[in-house]
Amino acid sequence: MSGRRRLSLGERLLLAIPYLWIAAFFLAPMLLVAKISVSQSVLARPPYRPIFEFSDGPSAIWDKMQALTLDSYRALFSDTLYVESYLSSLAIAAVSTLIALIVAYPFALAIARAPERLRPLFIGLAVAPFWTSFLIRVYAWIALLKDEGLINNALMALGVISAPLQMYATPGAVIVGIVYSYLPFMLLPIYAALERQDPSLREAAADLGASPAQTFLRLTWPLSREGVVAGSLLMFIPAVGEFVVPDLLGDSETLMIGRILWNDFFSNHDWPTASAAAVALVVLLMVPLLLWERARLKEEEGAR
Amino acid sequence: MSAAGAWARGAALSIGFVFLYAPIVILTVMSFNASRLVSVWGGFSTKWYVALLENEQLLHSAKISLAAALVSATIATLLGLFAAIALARFGGFRTRMLFFGALHAPLVLPEVVLGLALLSCFVALGVGRGFVTLVIGHVTLTMCFTTVAILAALRDFDRTLEEAAMDLGATPPEAFVRVALPQIAPAIVTAYLLAFTLSLDDLVIASFATGPGATTLPMRIYSQVRLGVSPQINAVSTLLLALVAVALGLAAAVSWWRAGRNSSVKIATPAPDEAS
Amino acid sequence: MNSPLLSIENVSKKFGAVVALENVSLHVGAGEFFALLGPSGCGKTTLMRCIAGFESPDSGTIALNGVDLSGVPPFRRPVNMMFQSYALFPHFDVFENIAFGLRRKGETKDAIDARVNELLAMIQLSNYGRRRIEELSGGQKQRVALARALAPRPKMLLLDEPLGALDRKLREETQFQLKEIQRLTQTSFVIVTHDQDEALALADRIAVMRAGRVEQVAGPMEIYDRPATRFVAGFVGETNFIEGRLERNLARNPGAALITEFGRIPCDPGDIAEGAQATLSVRPERIGVAREGEGIVGIVENFVFRGETTLLRVRVAENVVLRAAAGHGERHAIGEAVRLSFPSNAGALHAEEPLG
Repeated sequence: MSGRRRLSLGERLLLAIPYLWIAAFFLAPMLLVAKISVSQSVLARPPYRPIFEFSDGPSAIWDKMQALTLDSYRALFSDTLYVESYLSSLAIAAVSTLIALIVAYPFALAIARAPERLRPLFIGLAVAPFWTSFLIRVYAWIALLKDEGLINNALMALGVISAPLQMYATPGAVIVGIVYSYLPFMLLPIYAALERQDPSLREAAADLGASPAQTFLRLTWPLSREGVVAGSLLMFIPAVGEFVVPDLLGDSETLMIGRILWNDFFSNHDWPTASAAAVALVVLLMVPLLLWERARLKEEEGAR
Repeated sequence: MSAAGAWARGAALSIGFVFLYAPIVILTVMSFNASRLVSVWGGFSTKWYVALLENEQLLHSAKISLAAALVSATIATLLGLFAAIALARFGGFRTRMLFFGALHAPLVLPEVVLGLALLSCFVALGVGRGFVTLVIGHVTLTMCFTTVAILAALRDFDRTLEEAAMDLGATPPEAFVRVALPQIAPAIVTAYLLAFTLSLDDLVIASFATGPGATTLPMRIYSQVRLGVSPQINAVSTLLLALVAVALGLAAAVSWWRAGRNSSVKIATPAPDEAS
Repeated sequence: MNSPLLSIENVSKKFGAVVALENVSLHVGAGEFFALLGPSGCGKTTLMRCIAGFESPDSGTIALNGVDLSGVPPFRRPVNMMFQSYALFPHFDVFENIAFGLRRKGETKDAIDARVNELLAMIQLSNYGRRRIEELSGGQKQRVALARALAPRPKMLLLDEPLGALDRKLREETQFQLKEIQRLTQTSFVIVTHDQDEALALADRIAVMRAGRVEQVAGPMEIYDRPATRFVAGFVGETNFIEGRLERNLARNPGAALITEFGRIPCDPGDIAEGAQATLSVRPERIGVAREGEGIVGIVENFVFRGETTLLRVRVAENVVLRAAAGHGERHAIGEAVRLSFPSNAGALHAEEPLG
């Protein structure tokens, strides 16, 4: 099945349609971004100096090759704004992932241990919000987190605090927003891993004298690790480049790379630097995926 | 199992569901608040919904979003089906890695990056941005999700069924259409719904890919929301939530009904078996 | 069988470095019930898939009625297959499953109705046409799969472990049905199985396969009584292996004997050379307890009552235990000294093999 074979005409056509689409509207634009990242910035529209044109002769191409520049990449590393926003994106994504794990694991465990006929209902209810608008779910938190929002009002009414806590427009709000909106990504793989576990394993452990805590640490947790890793990756990777959450819940000091890119494109018109930042991000995030697919293909061939 | 364990499970479930649903419920309640302020309950009112009906801009954007979602989900599902067939069935063709990587990239790629790539491309080609570029953007974004959903179903599908069909005289395309396709149909429907929802919901790609004539609903909501909580947006949000709730409820009811029918049939016929 | 229906000539097939089939040649006649028997991984399934057209041999030819099948896709071969998992289409009812092949042939509605109903009657599921597949029991599914494969009137039916998914009780019942259906339809059946009892019970002829090669092709009785190789003897039925050195002696009858640690065992020499190491394979039921003064001396270690006979485990030398069958009514105790004997033509002698 996985060996190389000659494709028939129909099969070639079938492959060509999605291939051409992805080539025209994904690969070509990404190459263009890579190209812009080595161009010089100019105040024009488009705001970069073109590299090649079809009318160029060889000498013109050579001249323009000379004009290629790694300035944008240099700027990436020298401009503290970019370095800081990369680092803070990674940090916010990492903290959010960790918190989501802490929230999702007991939740997934409780669903997986619920009576069998209730499980589909519970997991359905837990995933249902994922089908609603991301934007609206993030927006919903504004009413909760604002100075005159519901949480502050409730806390003040209870007399826990006397003045409103600053929650809205903080990195903490961004983290809460990310945890909230990406929770299903974390929940589902963990639930799948827990649900697969044979209950008789736990009975065997208990029978052999393991306390519930020991059973969890030595059995349940190690067997669910695959789900934890998958969930963490699924959540961490998109969280790094998140734009909507920091824009709506963070303040202007909350640096996240998605937001910086957006601003560079729409407000600053520094396309070369933004493109360089985008290229760097893509390389960072694509490498693990390609390695994973290669390993999977090898495994498939090895199994034959 | 121990009482403490049951209690802990109950607590984890409650906390989880409160965390997931409280913001949505509060948003819904607020949309019926006569007062403009979050913290003041000014009595029950549907005035914000009435105001919506007069908001031409918002209604127009809603139509644009719906149209874009319908068109882009259809294209993305077809492309995803083709891509999934190629990945599941064509083995290790040359440049498979490139194809696979490019197909899956939008899954992990920040939307901002895809958006700016599309925008630079449209600008470089001198293409005027509008509804068509919006659909292109959404298809490119969602076809990776449709591919993944359909690919998973195709990999789970028992290929001996197709072999059996071929053995009985069906050509390979015929075997695929008559046997494999009906089996993966639920995954195709899911893929379509996923693409539809993602398109309807998308803000980032739309902001880059669309033009002045085709502002989508999320873009309108976003520009309002940046200024803070708005009662009209609460009302729009509630309507969108209700739409999704009804759709999910219907889907759940259908699957429950089908499961119930199967099990009742099984009970009704306790294997009147081996009557030989 | 002057012109075989199916002839397989020198077929070889490799998957990467793994040899699945090595120079296999077989012939199956029209109307014959043929079994491919062997342990898992012996190549029997690969051979069946080559006949069906799902795999193509690296070399050699497969011909049906003298027509070379190479390059003919599965959907144009007049051969149908019953899959081990049955591979019934879950979105069609029983009727549509059986009708599938007929519809592909473009037969008329009336012809299809008639044929499907005929088959439903044959498998005793006449009122089940509109049932959904998931409503059927395992045995019913098996019969529907059989009917579906027979519906287009194939020249040959391939059955991949047809009884493998059934429980023991149902299996025997189904064996008879299968034989009956084969007799009625006059179709060549080729079954693939790892179960020797199934092959012995069903087939007119059996090919025993091992590691991609055919070890022996013969009728069930001959396979059982005269296994061609030590492997066949060990794989089909229970047996005792008696190792020794061959001593030919033309003066005596049967003309040779095996010299073992526990004595001289007269046997048929076959074509094995004088002085060579050889193994004699003797079925336990051919070894009986002899009268005083003759046979192999041993001590009863254990016995198992088996109804008609009692199986004895008798130690005849320090490292050799023979299994023998004591007749009905005989009583033996553990530790008892007995003498075992068997006719000189009861065993099959095999030359030593490089790998056991």
